Amino acid sequence: MTQFINQIINSLNIGSIYALIALGYTMVYGIVRLINFAHGEILMIGAFIGYFLAVTFNMSLIPLLLLSMIGCAIIGMIIDRVAYKPLRKAPRISALITALGMSMLLSNFFRWRFGASDKIMPEINLIGNIPMPNITIITVVITFMCMIGLQYVITRTKTGQAMRAVSEDKGAAQLMGINVDKTISITFAIGSALGAVAGVLYAINYGNLEPYMGTMPGLKAFVAAVLGGIGIIPGAMVGGFAIGIIETFVKGYISSAWANVFVFGILIIVLIVKPTGLFGKNIKEKV
Amino acid sequence: MSLLETKNLGIAFGGLRAVDNFSINIKEGELLGLIGPNGAGKTTIFNMLTGVYLPTEGSIYIDGKKINGKKPFQIVKMGIGRTFQNIRLFANLTVIENVKIAFHKDMTYNTFTGIFRLPKYWKEEDEITTKALELLSLFDMENDAENMAKNLPYGKQRKLEICRALATNPKLLLLDEPAAGMNPQETKELMETIHFIRDKFKVTVLLIEHDMNLVMGICERLVVIDYGMIIAKGTPDEIKSNKKVIEAYLGS
Amino acid sequence: MKKRLKDYGINFLAVVLSYLALRVIMYNGLINNYVQGVVVFAMINIIVAISLNIATGLLGQLALGHAGFMAVGAYTAGLFVKAVEYPLYIEMIMALILAGLAAGLSGLIIGIPALRLRGDYLGIVTLGFGEMIRYTIINLGDITGGASGLKRIPKMVGLNEVFIVLVIVITFVFLFIKSRHGRAIISIRENEIAAESIGIPTTFYKVYGFFISAFIAGVGGGLFAMYQRYLTPEKFRFMFSVELFIIVVFGGMGSITGTIFAGVFLAFLTEKLYEYDEVRLIIYAIMLILLMIFKSDGLLGRHEFSLVQTPRRIKNLFNKIKDRFKKGVA
Repeated sequence: MTQFINQIINSLNIGSIYALIALGYTMVYGIVRLINFAHGEILMIGAFIGYFLAVTFNMSLIPLLLLSMIGCAIIGMIIDRVAYKPLRKAPRISALITALGMSMLLSNFFRWRFGASDKIMPEINLIGNIPMPNITIITVVITFMCMIGLQYVITRTKTGQAMRAVSEDKGAAQLMGINVDKTISITFAIGSALGAVAGVLYAINYGNLEPYMGTMPGLKAFVAAVLGGIGIIPGAMVGGFAIGIIETFVKGYISSAWANVFVFGILIIVLIVKPTGLFGKNIKEKV
Repeated sequence: MSLLETKNLGIAFGGLRAVDNFSINIKEGELLGLIGPNGAGKTTIFNMLTGVYLPTEGSIYIDGKKINGKKPFQIVKMGIGRTFQNIRLFANLTVIENVKIAFHKDMTYNTFTGIFRLPKYWKEEDEITTKALELLSLFDMENDAENMAKNLPYGKQRKLEICRALATNPKLLLLDEPAAGMNPQETKELMETIHFIRDKFKVTVLLIEHDMNLVMGICERLVVIDYGMIIAKGTPDEIKSNKKVIEAYLGS
Repeated sequence: MKKRLKDYGINFLAVVLSYLALRVIMYNGLINNYVQGVVVFAMINIIVAISLNIATGLLGQLALGHAGFMAVGAYTAGLFVKAVEYPLYIEMIMALILAGLAAGLSGLIIGIPALRLRGDYLGIVTLGFGEMIRYTIINLGDITGGASGLKRIPKMVGLNEVFIVLVIVITFVFLFIKSRHGRAIISIRENEIAAESIGIPTTFYKVYGFFISAFIAGVGGGLFAMYQRYLTPEKFRFMFSVELFIIVVFGGMGSITGTIFAGVFLAFLTEKLYEYDEVRLIIYAIMLILLMIFKSDGLLGRHEFSLVQTPRRIKNLFNKIKDRFKKGVA
């Protein structure tokens, strides 16, 4: 029984991180129909920013998180402007290849500058002199705060309204006076900021970080986004927790070696059985 | 005997009835027009006839054989060829390749014969090259044979699509708004071409158009649909004076 | 008929000449064992990249898991040649065929259900499948040696054998695309709905094309196993699929000759930057991004470089210039 409860706690922990990353994938996909492969690297960069702030300035979690979010938001917007914006009208496969290139570029740039070996994330305080309580609780609480914040932005603000309008129909949104480019930039910024949160929490949870750390959680979070229905925000949240639960339970009760095979197996099954995911609607190609 | 017969054909997308109770009979050699306002369900009917969509109810017979439930490529074999409203050519291939691909179902050599260039390969390949060129020359396009399809002017692209459909040797040819995007002169020429095709290939033609005036001139019989239902059938003259049709077109 | 024979003759001659050139350079000691290794791995990469180009460039289906198919072929061949003892060439050929079949079979397993998906979704599924294969190899340690790898595979192939297989693969692909089956596959890339509307059984040809693609990737894997003599799952990670994909994109999706040129060029680059793997990947990445932004159809686009056609084209161009010149004078 204790083991079961432990598994539940673990899956909430990793599930919230997946959910945060999945949100970034899903928001970007929803608005520009692009699988942003570089999103996993945003997570890595977020973790690195956090690491340097912690080591150099001995910063505590909350300000460190905020700075890392701001940093990643800016990087996310730059990536969009430099690499993706010129390809908005190009075939989708071109943009996808560019995203792959961006992912390679970022991870290898960090490997080149900071080396391939693991860095140890130092112990940090929560804020000021208050020591860090249980990291799992912090992870889950922060994740829920982010989600509530995101939900608020999307449903209650002008920006959120613009984001929804653009993802529905870019041309129409433009005609309604929405600045499409700016809206896309903001989407990248928010998605990347959430990725930064995930990165810092991931690094603290596992105690270390390295330039390729974003790849695997990135891929799994992508699976989560697809599971929930890519482009659908609540879907990403549910999908993230679902993948967290599945992974943890396969590790705990079946075999830790096969957990990754399971996660990718789920992706394949979902895409074959219901490509639009749990929350998605079916769309048929017009002939 | 009728070449194509549909009985109470209907399809629903989700809760929306796109086509309902669609029954027609087309005799061999006929040139029939299917008309109706935009969004009336014309293309949806084509998609059911060619197996792209599976009808929710009713049945389709060609030469007395039931075809619903069959895959599009099987239906081609049974003798239905089609073109598309928004031209769908193999844009990055040459004109002649576009036509050659359409002979696929008449060819029989296997991969092994193809790879080792056995005599049968050359025999069949040479045969379809000749046939494709013949077909193109009927449309005055033999000089375009080596051009990329995407580089053709619009009118020729439409013609090439018809050419490609004819290469499948259909008994029934479905043309989906062949005159879309053409000027009056081009349209007139096209209508003459369609007449010519029907006589030359002894093919039955079912033509979609939303512009009534166009089809009046060339079709012997018209079927008018609106909101997925047949509202009138008859000769162009009968249709012209039909109250329901006028209403549908002018709005009530 | 005569012209056909002449065309084949030219290509055959070119193959023989390039082989002789390779040999001459080697006998003169210009190529040592190390460089030979580089050449062989470049050729193997080209074989697998060509296989990927069949799926992506000719069939038009985004595939990001070819490292997985290559892995299946490599481990199949490796385990086979470790287990049996037949005369050298018979064993080698059997191993390659088995490698191809095993990879082709895994291509069918994922292809039959997944080829209904389009574009990026298919890309992700193949990516996931590639990773599943790798983790499965790691987990089946009793058979495959797990993460530490499969060791002591007998050396069965060298430069000659790899060269011959490469030539066979290239020849096969060229003959294939000029047959009705190849045309059917290309028509699916161009417009799937139109292809179906003229009687191409598209589902069949998608699966068929994917099978051929996976088969050749498996053969490439088999060569790799029997040349390298040890295998680790690490080699076949997602990044390697991406590297293969980069070769295809650089050369032009749909251009087999483009893949060959790009494969040679990137092998050269890899060699120059051998000690700086991350710098190499950074350069790849930047090139990839710039290429997509400025010339998204790669080096050759969908065109092929042809020994038969190119002189004719040059001649035509030359004549045109001459004509214009004459007109200018007149």
